[in-house]
Amino acid sequence: MTRLSNAFSKPHPALVCFVTAGDGDTAANLDALVEGGADVIELGMPFTDPMADGPAIQNANLRSLGAGTTTADVLRIARKFRERHPEVPLVLMGYANPMIRRGPDWFANAAKEAGADGVICVDIPPEEDDALGPQLREAGIAPIRLATPTTDAKRLPQVLEGSEGFLYYVSVAGITGKQQAAQTSIEEAVARLKAATDLPIAVGFGVRTPEQAGAIAEVADGVVVGSALIELVGEHGSDAPEKLRELTASLAKAVHSAAKGAA
Amino acid sequence: MASNPNTYRNQPDERGHFGDYGGRYVAETLMPLVLDLEREYRAAQADPEFQAQFDDLLEHYVGRPSPLYFAERLTEALGGAQVWFKRDELNHTGAHKINNCIGQILLAIRMGKTRIIAETGAGQHGVATATVCARFGLPCVIYMGAEDVRRQSPNVFRMKLLGAEVVPVTSGRGTLKDAMNEGLRDWVANVHDTFYIIGTAAGPHPYPELVRDFQSVIGKEARVQMQDRIGRLPDLLVAAIGGGSNALGLFHPFLDDPDVKMLGVEAAGHGLDGDEHAASLLGGFPGVLHGNKTYLLQDEDGQITEGHSISAGLDYPGIGPEHAWLKDTGRVEYTAITDEEALEAFQLLCRTEGIIPALEPSHAIAAVAKRATEMPKDSVILANLCGRGDKDIFTVAERLGVEM
Repeated sequence: MTRLSNAFSKPHPALVCFVTAGDGDTAANLDALVEGGADVIELGMPFTDPMADGPAIQNANLRSLGAGTTTADVLRIARKFRERHPEVPLVLMGYANPMIRRGPDWFANAAKEAGADGVICVDIPPEEDDALGPQLREAGIAPIRLATPTTDAKRLPQVLEGSEGFLYYVSVAGITGKQQAAQTSIEEAVARLKAATDLPIAVGFGVRTPEQAGAIAEVADGVVVGSALIELVGEHGSDAPEKLRELTASLAKAVHSAAKGAA
Repeated sequence: MASNPNTYRNQPDERGHFGDYGGRYVAETLMPLVLDLEREYRAAQADPEFQAQFDDLLEHYVGRPSPLYFAERLTEALGGAQVWFKRDELNHTGAHKINNCIGQILLAIRMGKTRIIAETGAGQHGVATATVCARFGLPCVIYMGAEDVRRQSPNVFRMKLLGAEVVPVTSGRGTLKDAMNEGLRDWVANVHDTFYIIGTAAGPHPYPELVRDFQSVIGKEARVQMQDRIGRLPDLLVAAIGGGSNALGLFHPFLDDPDVKMLGVEAAGHGLDGDEHAASLLGGFPGVLHGNKTYLLQDEDGQITEGHSISAGLDYPGIGPEHAWLKDTGRVEYTAITDEEALEAFQLLCRTEGIIPALEPSHAIAAVAKRATEMPKDSVILANLCGRGDKDIFTVAERLGVEM
């Protein structure tokens, strides 16, 4: 069992929490997420051009880069997290260019050495898997793919081929942190995905409240929350950990009390 | 170094790769759309009706073919090779950008899209896009960096006159690349009805290929015109490069003519030795941005850095992926021209030929001036005059210390 598969084998659905590395006191923020009950951590790698992200995560990227965050800093944050939390799965999420800048082998090995369990690269679709996928698999890191409302039945097998860890269902055609998808469309989509794969399905984009998260957890294996947490980091700075702990705890309560596999 | 192919005109491959470059590095939400676009483009290529409509609009709406002009007094002043210009600044809207916009809006209509979006830097592509949207009655949203909106107010007004909505982009640093990010964000949220008219030969496959193909009318005409006028092909082609669409449009039909040399001219800004330039090929490294792998201005962590050029149209931190491939194969030579050199060339052309060029082709003219003097008098240089300079007179006046 890997850390990721363990997280999705718990008796309850998983809460996946995203924050951007280097935005605020990231170590304290990450600890707050774990203390609040997050089952999986997504650590955002800042990029100058986060073209799939809405204002909240864009601003987090700018704050982080403005504070001078480097790739070495991101990997150091991950490594320290791994030392403090040996069992909590950690996924690096970001865009292709910072990941492949020193070569895909370098990045895969560095991510492994930092204790990462998976990598989500927003702008490497299955068609360009060669750019990073083989090197991640070789290093034993799960390449986690995204499926979206535009991923039709014909295309889905290609997305699933080579996907590991879990499948991240992007519930709206759009950018992060904006509108939320209708519950019925999420239910239909998750059912469609579950019919095609045994990978756990985590649903994200536009999930902000415990009510939404709880409803999604009724049908999915995991719920991803990002922008709502990032906004707390932006608003509260050094006081963010306390706020993050509170929101994560209420999200975790809703997600963990949902009936697993009700779909 | 890529292997030496038998032809330089068979790129990209079926996955949209130009050697190691190009590709489709987009979010999953957009992948089905770019695949649709590729299918529809293949169908359009095979459809004589599409080509006929494209040709008809280029002739009667854009004003093609553009003239081929022997710059006699400039040639005399330089004292070397004959200098000829392909006059794409005489097109409707004053630049080569319209060629591509005509092609893409026909594709959009073919695909049943009802809303057009585009990014623009200096505003030339925005004006060309707004123009074709007005011509075909489609709503149009143009994303433009807030700083560029301020600096290029005449073009902003033109776009508005043409019925476009101009959205100032304040995210990031409010530049052309941020406008492109915002265009992609709009597209991903409006996948069903929206067509994104990308302004240069970059972005995810098939954009680099189809923009090149639509712009290749420049080189196809020039080949025929050169044969008609002097009975042979030129010795050297020269064109300015931002994203690189006017250069590819001129170069591509000549790529398999081994005696025709080619020179692409990047913007050296304040000089290649510092950070204040926009020369992605000469001063950048391969990476992934805006859907394709290509040379980028970036730091050691892969963060994108801001380009600088006196010409807002060259001020982009990337370059079309076919240029990246042509550079690595050695088929095309690339050089860079500073702001100062471009300004001098701008004034030189005004005085010797009575033509006010845009600052983009002023870079090409500066490179022509350097090369012409090193070449024999019976040799021939053909440069693309890809835009007229009306939009730049305020920038030039400011740099020359003239109050208007």
